[in-house]
Amino acid sequence: MENALTRNKKLYKKPLWKRMWNARTSYVMIGPFMLFFLVFTVIPVVAAIALSFTDFNMLQSPNFVGLENYKSLFLNDDVFMIAVKNTLIFAFITGPLSYIACFVFAWFINELPGKLRAVMTLVFYAPSISGSAYVIWNYIFYGDRYGVVNGILMRLGILDTPIQWLTDPDYMMMTCIIVQLWLSLGTSFLAFMAGFKTVDEDLYEAGAIDGIKNRFQEVWYLTLPQMKPQLLFGAVMQIASSFAVGAVPMALNGFPSTDYATHTIITHIHDYGNVRYELGYACAISTVLLLLMLITNKVINRVLRED
Amino acid sequence: MAKHIRVSGKLNRSYGGNLIIFIMLVLVGLFMGLPLFYNIVSAFKQPSELFIFPPRFYVSDPTLSNFTQLFQLATNLTVPFNRYLFNSIFVSIASTALCVLIGALAAYPFAKKDFPGKKMLWNLIMMTLLFSGGVTSLPSYIVKAKLGLINTYWVLILPSIASTLQMFLMRQFMLQIPDSLLEAARIDGASEFKTFLTIVMPNVKPAWLTVMVLAFTGIWNTGSNGVIFEESLKLLPSALSQISAGGIARTGVTAAATLLLMIPPILAFVVTQSKMLQTMAHSGIKE
Repeated sequence: MENALTRNKKLYKKPLWKRMWNARTSYVMIGPFMLFFLVFTVIPVVAAIALSFTDFNMLQSPNFVGLENYKSLFLNDDVFMIAVKNTLIFAFITGPLSYIACFVFAWFINELPGKLRAVMTLVFYAPSISGSAYVIWNYIFYGDRYGVVNGILMRLGILDTPIQWLTDPDYMMMTCIIVQLWLSLGTSFLAFMAGFKTVDEDLYEAGAIDGIKNRFQEVWYLTLPQMKPQLLFGAVMQIASSFAVGAVPMALNGFPSTDYATHTIITHIHDYGNVRYELGYACAISTVLLLLMLITNKVINRVLRED
Repeated sequence: MAKHIRVSGKLNRSYGGNLIIFIMLVLVGLFMGLPLFYNIVSAFKQPSELFIFPPRFYVSDPTLSNFTQLFQLATNLTVPFNRYLFNSIFVSIASTALCVLIGALAAYPFAKKDFPGKKMLWNLIMMTLLFSGGVTSLPSYIVKAKLGLINTYWVLILPSIASTLQMFLMRQFMLQIPDSLLEAARIDGASEFKTFLTIVMPNVKPAWLTVMVLAFTGIWNTGSNGVIFEESLKLLPSALSQISAGGIARTGVTAAATLLLMIPPILAFVVTQSKMLQTMAHSGIKE
């Protein structure tokens, strides 16, 4: 009976214009947001893709050059290849590590009693909202013995001479990854914290009766499946930030960095867009980065949704 | 039935496990907390203490000279320091208010209404959640330039309105308002806008408080680099970074400036922490 009713409803659906007219208040309500969304998010993406096929340089009107930008990007631009390699290293090291750290420390902190929990949440979350406070790492990794790390290691007798943490290509990647991890307990961390708080206590009681023996099993069998939506959201957030590494290496290692050791796709875009004004070329780089992020997101979504 | 260990009233907790968690939290907590702590301490150090071997995580002779030096340098700028402060506060408040208002207005139909094209638009918005990391900064600069927004307050305010993350968070929170509540308002003859203002908004207070904090923090930290070249319109972070650009000699002043800039976002988070967690509980992406 109900089936027949819904089928009828579908068959005799009102015409589109009528449904749109009936929903006019909804359109009015989303209107302002959609306008700004269109202008500042959709159009830039579309424009980037379109301009990537041109030789636009901000002064002359753009000429269509076909795949020329992409050709030189992949065939002639050695620095771009370094940038891609570094971006992938950042993304595949800091991305998963920070994602796991967000989850594990949200879990650990959630085990703490009330007041202490609030304090530790602040300690872990503060770096990500402290803006440009990460420049403090310049002093921590400073290249002479007055730098904090050098000072401590030399005092302990581990080092004889200070290490140029921020300008020696052997160490630059490592120090940048450390700083990037320090900054990465942001929105996902908060989402996971919240996720842990919303799991029903009764579930744990029931789990204990069913043979859950320790907190590790509790998280694995009871909490994780419950938190899947937050985990999906967190994945999007971590992908967005781990592919967008650029500000930190520029602030710590300078631009361009020694031997391009921490050159990323973002700093490459900065180079061609803001320094050389080869905007068509820079837009081609942006398009490649967008594609990389979309593909990674698709893959991770599939993995997280399956099990 | 198996025996279960209860530690401090909780199920399945062992002292050994608590100890491991405690050690991990202390170690990683030190890694997270010490850099900011070092910055706070440095802001009160005299030059003689800043450059000392080995470096110290405490200050034996605290001084406010870094702060006074910062304000002296600030008054010597071509534009009065108050102007930067005003710019930052004005832009932060204006964009936060508009972001919450316009975002919430859009979040409501996406959460509770049906209209042709809803699914398509929502999928598009969800896809752009990925692009929040400044990936499109270059093309959006071109758009801003074409619209003539460069060197105006608008270039800072308008783009933050279209924040998909904030709108998404409010929409997720609104999903859990019971339909019966909205239905009751409709039967009472309330218009959609009235329902929105009197039923929806009061019910999603944690969500828009969270969005306020996130929006404020975002705009406060981003600064005006690259889109504002007119000195009198620049924001605080840009002004302070000019002051601290003096290199190693201004280490203490930089620490003082960083400390002052850190305070508002951290304070905002501390005050709203529980509300933010409440909002984030609904942040999940469901099919």
